[in-house]
Amino acid sequence: MPLLAVLVLAVGTYAFRLAGPLAARRFDLERLRAPLAAVAVVLLVALAATSALAEGQHFAGWARPTGVAVAAVLAWRRASFVVVVLAAAGVTAGLRLLGVP
Amino acid sequence: MDRGTLRDIGLVCVADALVGVSFGAIALAGGIPLWVPVVMSVLVFAGGAQFAALGIVLAGGGAATAVVTGLVLNARLLPFGLAVADVYEGPWWRRLLGAQLLTDETAAFTFRHEDARQRRLAYWVCGIALFVVWNLSVLVGAYAGSVLEDVNALGLDAAFPAVLLALIMPALTERRVRLAALAGTLLALAAVPFLPPGVPVLLALAAALPLLAHDGPRGGRFRRSRGREVAAPGPDQTQPRADQTQSGVP
Repeated sequence: MPLLAVLVLAVGTYAFRLAGPLAARRFDLERLRAPLAAVAVVLLVALAATSALAEGQHFAGWARPTGVAVAAVLAWRRASFVVVVLAAAGVTAGLRLLGVP
Repeated sequence: MDRGTLRDIGLVCVADALVGVSFGAIALAGGIPLWVPVVMSVLVFAGGAQFAALGIVLAGGGAATAVVTGLVLNARLLPFGLAVADVYEGPWWRRLLGAQLLTDETAAFTFRHEDARQRRLAYWVCGIALFVVWNLSVLVGAYAGSVLEDVNALGLDAAFPAVLLALIMPALTERRVRLAALAGTLLALAAVPFLPPGVPVLLALAAALPLLAHDGPRGGRFRRSRGREVAAPGPDQTQPRADQTQSGVP
């Protein structure tokens, strides 16, 4: 990843961070808060699903999606963050140890 | 600051340290130079976007796609910033430094408090702790990762989607958001075999855009079924003044 890409991402991210506190001094943007958060959530779900199931343009194998599915159920049941992450890694590592790709 | 909040912040720090180690490890295992995850973690300081950008580059996607995806993911920091704007009270440099500490977790901890002083404490303590822990753990992961023979054997590739799901699950309470997420995910998954890595996720925007036209959880159904509610003016119109008087910065 080129330095320029890292810097553009960093500057853009910082602009998003600073825009909130600066804009809040001038405008009432209360109404857009929930819809924008909802859009980000939709993208994150799609990102989680594609990175769980796909490796590049192909199926990633069963070990990773199974680990992520277990983590999803745990997250849904409000398990702690550490438990969710460790379960995903643990289940996937265990399956690979058993020979599942 | 109460012990419970400190303990919870500590727990999130431990969890994020694990993720940070995996970020450094995955980067190095993928043949990315050491400075990339380190500089990225200091300057970008957003786990989801860092993983997304790195994942796209590792999967053979372009740097531009990685940057755009990262920026789209981080766009939610803007509304978060609006919601916690009161914690930056003071001299102008506090706003500039404090903004960099804004993350999902920092915002969430701030939202738990009503009292202005408690909100400021929660934001700054959580923000500074996470910034230090995240950057140190990425460095540790980068070195430990180069020692590991196979990162996938530890299941670290499954940790990333799990982290995303754990972070966003509380936001999936609304039905229309769940439906949009389902539609966007199906759209993205269907596109995976045909489009370059990273682009399918952007396609999910198509399913998410109708959410922007919606003006909140009280709209639609409720209004149409009961005529009276339409006329009721929200309390919103009287609010802007209150925000302006809070800022003590010149």
